Amino acid sequence: MTVQVVTANRLRDGVIVWLTPALSWSEDYADSKVLRDEAEANAALEAAGIDVKARLVVGPYLAEFKETPEGLQAASARERIRASRLPTITPDQGSWTGRIAG
Amino acid sequence: MYRYDEFDATFVAERVKQFRGQVTRRLAGELAEDEFRPLRLQNGVYLQLHAYMLRIAIPYGELSSKKLRKLAFIARRYDKGFGHFTTRQNIQFNWPELVDVPDILDHLAEVEMHAIQTSGNCIRNVTADHFAGAAADEVADPRPYAEILRQWSSVHPEFSFLPRKFKIAVTGAERDRAAIQTHDIGLHLKKNAAGELGFAVYVGGGQGRTPMVAKKIRDFLPEADLLSYCTAILRVYNLYGRRDNKYKARIKILVMELGEKRFREEVEAEFPRTVHPTAELDSKELERISAYFAPPSFETLPKISGVFEQAKLDNAAFAKWARVNLAPHRVDGYGIVNISLKPAGGIPGDATAEQMRVVADLARRYSFDEVRVSHHQNLVLPHVKRDDVFTIWKVLDANGLATANLGLAGDIIACPGLDYCTLATARSIPVAQAISRRFADLERQHEIGPLKINISGCINACGHHHVGHIGILGLDKKGEEFYQITLGGSSSESASIGTILGPGFAGHEVADAIDTIIKTYLGLRHDGETFLDAYRRLGPKPFKEALYAAPQR
Repeated sequence: MTVQVVTANRLRDGVIVWLTPALSWSEDYADSKVLRDEAEANAALEAAGIDVKARLVVGPYLAEFKETPEGLQAASARERIRASRLPTITPDQGSWTGRIAG
Repeated sequence: MYRYDEFDATFVAERVKQFRGQVTRRLAGELAEDEFRPLRLQNGVYLQLHAYMLRIAIPYGELSSKKLRKLAFIARRYDKGFGHFTTRQNIQFNWPELVDVPDILDHLAEVEMHAIQTSGNCIRNVTADHFAGAAADEVADPRPYAEILRQWSSVHPEFSFLPRKFKIAVTGAERDRAAIQTHDIGLHLKKNAAGELGFAVYVGGGQGRTPMVAKKIRDFLPEADLLSYCTAILRVYNLYGRRDNKYKARIKILVMELGEKRFREEVEAEFPRTVHPTAELDSKELERISAYFAPPSFETLPKISGVFEQAKLDNAAFAKWARVNLAPHRVDGYGIVNISLKPAGGIPGDATAEQMRVVADLARRYSFDEVRVSHHQNLVLPHVKRDDVFTIWKVLDANGLATANLGLAGDIIACPGLDYCTLATARSIPVAQAISRRFADLERQHEIGPLKINISGCINACGHHHVGHIGILGLDKKGEEFYQITLGGSSSESASIGTILGPGFAGHEVADAIDTIIKTYLGLRHDGETFLDAYRRLGPKPFKEALYAAPQR
């Protein structure tokens, strides 16, 4: 089933973060608060807006995910890459050598 | 190389100070993101897919060893140990923290660098032939003019809020290595019959969703009129350029909508009105700027270097590299060394901090302290004694910088794509890596011959796919990536826009498709015929048939 989560970037360092059920921010998308309808999504975005004003995060938006038995899975290539917090570049050569496992 | 005067140094230092204040106020809540965003963009700070990105201007791609060493330092201290050289001769750092950016800019100011006008609807970094001042076929050095344009366009009050971004490129040779016909203004420095210098002026080239080859609106503009004429072009654009639709706001759309003739008339009508003491390029100022680009003190050397010729006989790998990576220099006994940033399976344009240091040291020792960045995302040592080339090659080889593929299938241009870029619709780098691995056999690359494969991760075309001999465009279909292939593009003096071949491919199919295209070419080419020439002779039909009709797909 397709659900939504709120994600943003941390203001100070730009790191990707995810809004949790406690309305705090986690660097792991798996900690996300799962939003199942429009009312929940709006409320979560509103909560994120407070943290924008508090200078914690920038650019919060709703990202689509799928709920699976293995947990949340991003619904698009873009969100998959973003959720992984790293480029998908293969590590055998060049500047990323040794920086990404497997 | 140009050196900052007191005015430049003060100006850049003040901008850093202002930005430091702006970051402080942003973090303190005195500036909201809406207010801060344009300020950070004016200083080259983007917010990308994973993190902030800092784009640093490298005017006309020229670096000294000190500047390159500083970039290496920034990569190590503030980033993940590498930087990405772009198709606009700039460098991008992909992982800086916002709070560190003012310090990074301070470091850059120390070596006369900055990130001003690397974003926004202004005149961006002026680019030039990366062989400027060195190429054997050069008529005159384009760098003094590029520097004058840089100074003229820096925070130009009239041209800081254009309808859209604006890119100028300059070349001083008949053979166009600066892709001037895909720029908003392209300038071809040349001599007239009387031996005077001037410019052929091209306007309205560009890529993106409406790719256009520029129109030549003047065959010979006297050099003194350079700034007046550019002012006239910019004024016509500023007045008539569309501001209602971002996608129709570039000057290419205006040139198309008005038509070449009408656009030229408008510029020629504006031109006499722009004559102004500050707009005329007086010979004293040109002389003053040109002095910064005086040729280094070349030695008088024999044309043939015995050391170099012997090394080629002794070392096949070196001979192979020298055949494609070493370009002819205008001075006997010298050569231009091209350093490929495209190792097999590598990431086009990426260099580690260590590699930057190695190149900086080589430049200091062997190339009169000069390094260039090419829009092909490679580095260049412009003035190297042929006697030293083998020694340099050994150092490059030991540092993963001696791939013998310049201008060949492995020398792929690729934008950062969806791995980094928030505008991207698909990844570019993994596709480049897959193709690069497929053609890792240098023997085969040399057999295929000159070939430009360009990959963009979205229609904005930072990877120049429209002008690749083979262009690849990554798109999004319901959240999944797929890739369109175009053939027949070129950014040279015979510029052309590639033609879409047919339905797109999934990411894992692209390398196979390119392989099929190249095999088709090899089967049909005449003796010594390049891929582009063969395509221009044959058209898309045989390639289409091979890709879509045959069972091998």
